[in-house]
Amino acid sequence: MYQYTEFDRQFVRARAAQHRDQLERNLAGTLSDDEFRPLRLQNGWYIQRYAPMLRIAVPYGEIASRQLRVLATIAREYDQPSDALFAEARAKQDALGPVPLKDGSFAHSRLTVGYGHFTTRQNVQFNWIPLPKSADVMDLLASVDMHGIQTSGNCIRNITTDELAGVAPDEIVDPRPYCEIIRQWSTLHPEFAFLPRKFKIAVSGAKEDRAATFWHDVGLHLVKNDAGEVGFRVLVGGGMGRTPVIATVIREFLPWNQVMNYIEAIVRVYNRWGRRDNLYKARIKILVKAEGQRYIDEVEAEYKAIVEIDGAPHTIPQAEFDRVAACFVDPQLPAATTTATALPADTDTAPAYQRWLQQNVAAHKNPGLRAVTLSFKRVGQAPGDATGEQLDIAADLVERFSAGEARVTHDQNLLLPWVRVEDLPALWEAARKAGLATANIGLLTDMIACPGGDFCALANARSLPIAEAITARYQDLDELHDIGEIDLHISGCINSCGHHHSGHIGILGVDKDGKEWYQVTLGGSDGSELSGDSQAGKVVGPSFSAAEVPDVIEAVLETYRRERQSAGDKYETFIQTLRRVGIEPFKAAANAARFAKEVA
Amino acid sequence: MQFSLQLISAADHEAQAAAGTANVLVLANDADPREASLEGITRIDLVFPKFTDGRAYSQAFLLRRRRGFTGEIRATGDVLIDQLVQMQRTGFSSAVLRADQNIEFAQRQFDRYGRYYQGDAVTVDPLFKQAA
Repeated sequence: MYQYTEFDRQFVRARAAQHRDQLERNLAGTLSDDEFRPLRLQNGWYIQRYAPMLRIAVPYGEIASRQLRVLATIAREYDQPSDALFAEARAKQDALGPVPLKDGSFAHSRLTVGYGHFTTRQNVQFNWIPLPKSADVMDLLASVDMHGIQTSGNCIRNITTDELAGVAPDEIVDPRPYCEIIRQWSTLHPEFAFLPRKFKIAVSGAKEDRAATFWHDVGLHLVKNDAGEVGFRVLVGGGMGRTPVIATVIREFLPWNQVMNYIEAIVRVYNRWGRRDNLYKARIKILVKAEGQRYIDEVEAEYKAIVEIDGAPHTIPQAEFDRVAACFVDPQLPAATTTATALPADTDTAPAYQRWLQQNVAAHKNPGLRAVTLSFKRVGQAPGDATGEQLDIAADLVERFSAGEARVTHDQNLLLPWVRVEDLPALWEAARKAGLATANIGLLTDMIACPGGDFCALANARSLPIAEAITARYQDLDELHDIGEIDLHISGCINSCGHHHSGHIGILGVDKDGKEWYQVTLGGSDGSELSGDSQAGKVVGPSFSAAEVPDVIEAVLETYRRERQSAGDKYETFIQTLRRVGIEPFKAAANAARFAKEVA
Repeated sequence: MQFSLQLISAADHEAQAAAGTANVLVLANDADPREASLEGITRIDLVFPKFTDGRAYSQAFLLRRRRGFTGEIRATGDVLIDQLVQMQRTGFSSAVLRADQNIEFAQRQFDRYGRYYQGDAVTVDPLFKQAA
């Protein structure tokens, strides 16, 4: 992991002090709410439906066990609303009603307190910290080199990358040093703090794109040219929201040390030309779409001027790259005690262990190691939620089995990147005890969901009871494995924080006459090998009621099981079948699952 | 960080305008500063219609770094103390604070950070190129 210098530490402490200054002026009435808002947002502080929400930056997803322990403390000691506020929130959410399930039971809004939430941009959120305590929380975070800098606001946000960065067998170049250098460059950039809209950068250094780079404002692919030199393929103008756009490649090869000079050109042209008259047209994707080649030409001209006139001040010197890269050497692990993977002695649990190995354990560039994902997708807790106790347990596991380092994944889980093969049985036992070993990574119940209408002030509908209903419906692991690898993504509104556009099955909450409805999309892709080239899913007919959604999902999955063909010794995946037979049979099945009164 | 930005009261700004603005260029925030004629210009006024509209930061940067303008660059409009540091870093040399702003709170915004990671219009080199 990147090791903070004294400068880095002092900088984060100063940022915490700056937030305290702003908070105190706001509470004293000398900084108005409207003027405090953009400032607190750039430290991760939102005001949501019932309470503030804090988004903590986890730069490119890398997190240390000591940091997880501080998050556990925040969950326990600060993520605690007053009884009155919590009672009010619960009553209001209960009034929205439950989602009825086939077996006669219901999925409810399930508000709880004292937990963190892993996000698709590899950050961590808390939902109940009272704003007056926010400055204390920022001080506490700074004590372990953490902060909320630029996790919200119209600025350059947290940089995300492949959760397998530095360990993936298919890696071309380790993206982490570049992510860190770009993070430092973007931190409190004076020119780019009030852009037309938020700005998200994702970096991938492997053959497979596991960072959804084509869905970002800027996507960077680390590549090597014929001479073996490292550089970036640069994409610009991807994004979700109400106008989903796949990014355009604007540079096939940019020398690695030019990346900040070039991003400066991209962002400066955006700052000048991006629309500020309409919130929904302010993202860079709209500019790139509208201007096309003219935008690209302008970026190239600006880059040329930065190099030739300004003297390219942000060219990365080899020494600086080496300084940062030295932080990302593989950890020294203790020597192996055994050489073979021991199976659990209990034969009853052996199949479950095998399933976990197959689903939650990924290959590693070092044949003696594995990358293991702890699953935060289970019945009774929202996708990506971790209680204070679970965060502490996760910290223990990370310390014991992964050299003290973990990754927050784009899919809202926690990945341990440095697990020795011979430790797998012990890790499995420990994770299972903690309820973090569900063998569902990549499967239907490993869904992405935003906090939705239970928390978010923007949401049109709730995401979490829908996630809960589908999770509860698909608890049979045999059935789940038979359905196989599939991306189910749920967003509570068109802002698309739950990435419904890129789901093989997407669910989008919409508001009609003050009621919650859900649009279903099919065939979206995040650009991974499983999903194929990035694309937005296609909408299936009019929206469905909450009660219909689980049946619609079931009907779509049954259609897959009916239509699928064998591919070698396995079935083709859901997305392969959908691409082969087309959307129509799935659409027909979904529409047939509407309740009779709706069709009449 | 040294607080070198000159703060100008709204009254003085008005008075200066009344006295004549022959050498002053007022640039709208959608104007391209690379094309503006700077012949005989000693002061350029840039405008923040809202403090959240950050176009003038790029304009100031381009005037200082790209055009090499050495005269005064003045921030006008919705100018608040929490943005003064950014203004100075992107090349502004003076600012007309909005009337309700408390100057007492400004100094500590400059004192807080000694240095920054990235280069800017004033300190051109990023941290990694500066001597420790």
